[in-house]
Amino acid sequence: MSKSFVELNDVKLRYSEGDELALETTNMKIDKGEFIAVVGPSGCGKSSLLKLVSGLMPPSEGNVIVDGKEVSGPLKIVGMAFQNPTLLPWRTTLDNVLLPMEIVKPHRNRLRKHRAEYEESARKLLATVGLEGHEDKYPWELSGGMQQRASLCRSLIHEPDLLMLDEPFGALDAFTREELWDILQNLWMIKPFTVILVTHDLREAAYLADTIYVMSKRPGKILVERENTLPRPRDQETTFTQPFTDLVHELRSHIRDVREA
Amino acid sequence: MKKKLNLRKATPWLSAIGLFVLWELIVRIFNIPPYVLPTPSESIIVGWQFHEAIWMHAYHTLYTTLAGFAIAVVFGVVLGALVGSSRAIYDAANPLLVGFNSVPKVALVPVLVMWFGIGTVPAIITAFLISFFPIVVNVATGLATLEPELRDVLRSLGATRRDILIKVGFPRAMPYFFASLKVAITLAFVGSVISETVASNVGVGYLMLSASSKFNMPLVFAGLLVIAVMGIAMYEIFNVIERRSTKWANRGNPTN
Repeated sequence: MSKSFVELNDVKLRYSEGDELALETTNMKIDKGEFIAVVGPSGCGKSSLLKLVSGLMPPSEGNVIVDGKEVSGPLKIVGMAFQNPTLLPWRTTLDNVLLPMEIVKPHRNRLRKHRAEYEESARKLLATVGLEGHEDKYPWELSGGMQQRASLCRSLIHEPDLLMLDEPFGALDAFTREELWDILQNLWMIKPFTVILVTHDLREAAYLADTIYVMSKRPGKILVERENTLPRPRDQETTFTQPFTDLVHELRSHIRDVREA
Repeated sequence: MKKKLNLRKATPWLSAIGLFVLWELIVRIFNIPPYVLPTPSESIIVGWQFHEAIWMHAYHTLYTTLAGFAIAVVFGVVLGALVGSSRAIYDAANPLLVGFNSVPKVALVPVLVMWFGIGTVPAIITAFLISFFPIVVNVATGLATLEPELRDVLRSLGATRRDILIKVGFPRAMPYFFASLKVAITLAFVGSVISETVASNVGVGYLMLSASSKFNMPLVFAGLLVIAVMGIAMYEIFNVIERRSTKWANRGNPTN
């Protein structure tokens, strides 16, 4: 057996019996601590891929293996963040970030007794994304970018082995988005976790990922697997270098082929 | 700013007084006989003359209404939680609920009288039957409209259905629940008064029926005013509770 952390073996997906395939035979191998990005035209089944890996949706054929075990139901310790921050409006930012701790074992049984300790770590995490001083505000008192930071914290507070990001920065302005790329990269470099990032922003994929998968339009299929060896940490300067723009151009031409095919 | 706020507070009183003045004027100008439409001043004076009887009947109606309403809240929340958290139960229960809600409750009073006799019990049950529906619908809606992304976030953390219901479902359904209480309490008054009118010897409904049989229209209208006042008071109480407990849902609208 290989030592991949996440493996998709000949996975096919149709939403219901008799439907046409949403995802054509897909094979993927993701190492532990690897940061991968999936790009492709909209409606190509990128988000379904996340649901398959996190066990929210079973594959119609083939199997998904995470950490050596076949996935048969929702994994219990995945962090997730979406384009919509989905914070709970009746909770303060701090309490929103602590939500996973009320659910994930063993934290849920320890939380009440060790509340201060957990709050401390949540505050620390919020500080690293620049939300210091906003812990006791409610989500609607925060800007979109700040909400997305909090959502990112919520997906990371329980130190998940696997982080699923579904276009998390898609609704943000360009400056905020690139700031959050750096924040995410920093968090990931301090303590690597396995990330699957779904995005349609090619620069985002080139900035963040170790490996970039290009998917075809429906039925989704992985057409290209592209290593990204740009040195880390990547920063604003990196985005103006030749290798970076070459990479983005290359990805762009793949997408163009996909759309015309 | 302060002046504006005071004016806002005074508006409902002004509109109520305006309505009474208009009513008084119309009756006097067109010389409408009191057995058709009494003036509000007459109704209030007669109401005061009979205030002891009205107080007793009103107290009884209030008690009946609140009892029926309390049952409706418990029943409505439980049924709403079931309907809102399971697609299958929703499909099974929805047509029955809609059908039942379409039945005029006044038609059920004779049936209730057959079962429970005349008096308080059918009035409580009528108040309950007429007021639980909006609670069920709103609680169910609040629970069922959970964002799928949020559900995914929680499920991939290992949350059980119960976790999702407690952490997200119920808090999210609170504004819907409180909104339904305001509707339900006023409907409960309708239910209890209907039943008292048809089959009781106590309560404001009975008082009005017996007054109208004696052509004492001012007393009938005094009864109506008492019900209206009780309805407004109850509505306001739940309005305040709603605003206090679900501030987050009324954000950016502090004066509401």
